[in-house]
Amino acid sequence: MQTEGLGKQVAGPEGMLVILEDINLQVAEGEAVAIVGASGSGKTTLLGLLAGLDTPTTGRVTLNGRDLFALDEDGRAELRGRLTGFVFQTFQLLPSLTALENVMLPLELAGRGREAREAAGEVLARVDLSHRLHHYPKQLSGGEQQRVAIARAFAPRPKLLFADEPTGNLDQASGERIINLLFDLNREQGSTLILVTHDEALAQRCRRRLKLEAGRLVA
Amino acid sequence: MMQAALLSFRLLRREWRAGELRALGLALVIAVASISAVGFATDRVELALQYQANELLGADLLIVSDHPVDHQFRQLADEYKLRSAETTSFVSMLLAGDKNQLAEVKAVSEAYPLRGELRVAEELFGPEAPVTGIPAPGTAWADSRLLTQLAVKPGDTIKLGESQFKISALLVHEPDRGGDLFSIAPRLLLNLRDVPATKLIQTGSRVRYRLLLSGEIDGIARYREWVSSRLGPGEKLEGVSDARPEVRAALERAKRFLGLAALVSVLLAGAAIATAARRFSLRHLDACALLRCLGARQSFITWIYLTQLLTLSLVAGIVGCAIGYAAHSALTDLLGGMVAAQLPPPSWRPVGFGLLTGMVALLGFAAPPLLALKNVPTLRVLRREIGLPIRGASVYGIGWVVFAALMVWQAGDVKLGLYLVLGTVATLAFLGAVAWLLVRLLGQLRERVGVAWRFGFASIARRPANSVTQILAFGIGLMALLLLTLVRADLLAGWQGSLPQDAPNRFIINIQPEQLSSLHRFFADEGMPAIQLYPMVRGRLVRLNDKAVSPNDYQDQRAASLIEREFNLSSIEILPDDNQITSGRWWRPDDSGKNLYSVEQGIAETLGIKVGDRLTYLIAGEEFSGKVASLRKVDWDSFRVNFFVIATPGSLSPYPTSYITSFYLSAERQEVLTRLVKTFPNITVIDVAAIMAQVRTIIERVTLAVEYVFVFTLLAGLTVLYAAIQATQDERLHDSAMLRTLGASRRQIISGLLAEFITLGVLAGLVAALAASVLGYVLAEYVLHLPYTFNAWVWLMGISAGGIGVGIAGTLGLLSVLRHPPLLSLRET
Repeated sequence: MQTEGLGKQVAGPEGMLVILEDINLQVAEGEAVAIVGASGSGKTTLLGLLAGLDTPTTGRVTLNGRDLFALDEDGRAELRGRLTGFVFQTFQLLPSLTALENVMLPLELAGRGREAREAAGEVLARVDLSHRLHHYPKQLSGGEQQRVAIARAFAPRPKLLFADEPTGNLDQASGERIINLLFDLNREQGSTLILVTHDEALAQRCRRRLKLEAGRLVA
Repeated sequence: MMQAALLSFRLLRREWRAGELRALGLALVIAVASISAVGFATDRVELALQYQANELLGADLLIVSDHPVDHQFRQLADEYKLRSAETTSFVSMLLAGDKNQLAEVKAVSEAYPLRGELRVAEELFGPEAPVTGIPAPGTAWADSRLLTQLAVKPGDTIKLGESQFKISALLVHEPDRGGDLFSIAPRLLLNLRDVPATKLIQTGSRVRYRLLLSGEIDGIARYREWVSSRLGPGEKLEGVSDARPEVRAALERAKRFLGLAALVSVLLAGAAIATAARRFSLRHLDACALLRCLGARQSFITWIYLTQLLTLSLVAGIVGCAIGYAAHSALTDLLGGMVAAQLPPPSWRPVGFGLLTGMVALLGFAAPPLLALKNVPTLRVLRREIGLPIRGASVYGIGWVVFAALMVWQAGDVKLGLYLVLGTVATLAFLGAVAWLLVRLLGQLRERVGVAWRFGFASIARRPANSVTQILAFGIGLMALLLLTLVRADLLAGWQGSLPQDAPNRFIINIQPEQLSSLHRFFADEGMPAIQLYPMVRGRLVRLNDKAVSPNDYQDQRAASLIEREFNLSSIEILPDDNQITSGRWWRPDDSGKNLYSVEQGIAETLGIKVGDRLTYLIAGEEFSGKVASLRKVDWDSFRVNFFVIATPGSLSPYPTSYITSFYLSAERQEVLTRLVKTFPNITVIDVAAIMAQVRTIIERVTLAVEYVFVFTLLAGLTVLYAAIQATQDERLHDSAMLRTLGASRRQIISGLLAEFITLGVLAGLVAALAASVLGYVLAEYVLHLPYTFNAWVWLMGISAGGIGVGIAGTLGLLSVLRHPPLLSLRET
């Protein structure tokens, strides 16, 4: 993944507000990169742009050799479905689906409905939730919900995983467990990890750390 | 696409299991059930009424001809397994001793009448009884007028043409004596086989031949279709539109009541579905964003939700229709006594309509917000504060437009439908404004109440747009309930009241000008209420403006037959109570001496007469011409004396005038009639009790049917309330959990919720009472043409039912939440 002159501005009450400016970076396959910075430094915006969830004002993002923003929204969605996985701070599990069904969803969306149940079961076993397959999100603890989210992210074996403050809503013990799982699975699957956090300790576990300050990369 | 459908079914099944679709599914099922039940019921009641009306023809269908009815028509009737009978009628002079009298002779064949019954008595004013069969050859049945005019009684013999007939009974009632009550000569009924021997029918004689037909509905329909393209000159098909105006008015009003019930249920169903659908959409916004994040294309998501919505509406629709069908069958028992013939099964239309309404309402209200999701940045999965695309009512625009079209279609009457649609839109806008004002006022009260109420008021005031929506949803549900219970009762009572027990049941015609004062005296001497006498002049319309009119100018059969016969014209000074000017103006004192007309609106529409037109009548061989000054609406089912055409006072005095009046005669005072006829031998008394009984039966049955049908509408109203309460739950769950986290006790939270829901309910009740009163007035005044009475109970009931009902139901709905730890609720929302 590569970015060139990536920038984002939004209209604010006092004119244009610069959120990100001239971001140039490269992430190699299999790398684990942490994006750190204070609240409001533009971390989440950068993650959104890297994942093609938002469009930049300037610059471009190349993923797997393809210009992300030369594609239309559907094209980006297709690319996301094929290559990426997500772990969110707020878990984003669908409340009407059980743990198993939530994990099956990306596989089903990718047209792999037949193998979905088995594959989802396996990943859930890997995150120690075999006993919770048929529980709804509201019947699970926060840590358990995030483990389901991790299982969902890894089930389609993505090449690239985005994680947005994955421990932000969890206590320390649950958070540590989640982090261990995240890095273990990442290693097992050999995927690239881009992690947004303000937690220095968590960032230390990544081989590479990028620091954002007021929308600019400083390290 | 296949993949989308499969995934969509899977998601649908999962969501159903998770209880996510319960409110929407329930709203859909009840909505479709109530629409189809009302539809089935209305269908059957209309069929039943049609049968009832068919009695007025003595058949389901008539072919009328000025020459003997073509053999092929009879043959086809046999092929279609229709029953048939024939009648031949003509006007002829009857002789009895030294007296003679012009009579309308009707000769009938064996099976006559095919619908309805003949009733006879053995002597004048004697007890009457239904009879099967027709006069035996050589005998005839005469009506009371004929007996009086000829001074004969049953057993005597009369002469008709070359034949002698023995009067074997007094004819009291024949079902198909249609048309104008007062313009027909007395009746003689005889056997068709006797006609040739009278030698009265020669070439050129004015004779009406009728072929009466009855049978299964579709057989009749097919026969009608086949025949209508083969009618020759002088032949026509006749239907119920030729029935008496009194009965026609009652039937029309009955249909409107039922149509109204059906419409209200459609409206409520729409509101319930819209409310539930909105909640469904809101709860799926995150799911949509997530699906896109996980790689689903926009079109794929569209397919998933369209398939889901279609499947849901289809499944719920089928279940709803099944419930609706089962429920309506109870109505069949209710109608059992109404018609002798077996009712044909209801049509499939209600099923189609129920399914369509469910589908249109669901797609119209749930799909637009879901489909508008392409405008939500996928980034919402990262930043929840990013706005949702649902803004205001515009998203639902398509839903409302399609739904309005559906209502007009269901109304079957563009005017009624548009009234309702416009009324709904105006009501919603107005009520929205009222609700907004009330919410604003509430803010002022906050400082003066305790903590629970303050919390309740604050919740309402904090989200004014949401509160207004909720008040409207509750308000519409409550309005429907008020309209259905109190206002309906008032309207039905008004209808029944329009034909009181002591409504006039006898008409006297043929009163001569010199008899007026002695007739008044007769009634006074008998201790009966004073009568009102109206002059009556007979004339035939010959010119409209400068154009001569003839029956052939009119395609419409009713119009043609109106031109053919003589009208009764009257001249009246003051507009009668049950008449209402619809255009132009009633005459002023300075109009005396001018020749002006006031024409009944229905007949004016049929004949194409407008205010300002010049009408020329042929009265006693002379032409009388005048201008139309006004059109009037006439309450035909009031059974009072009414005229199609009224002229200015005095304008008709040069012409031969007789007078007409009506009065109520109780069953115990029948002997008055004998004295009346003895004192005034020339007058004719017409008994309309039988027709009145028929109209009363229609009113009673329809009242019952309407009450029954309204039960379903009521259910639909309750569904709206349920959906509205459900829709508000999500918002309050979070607040309550938050308050508990902050240390509020269960009691405090319940008091707060109760305060909020009671306030919402009271506000909704106010809004509902206002709407129900205005709607009730509009319906009474403009749609059903019944007197409106203000009912204070509507307000009391609205406010108390709103406050108590919504307060309790809303709070109960949230109680379960309070049993769980707050975190669970916080996590869910």
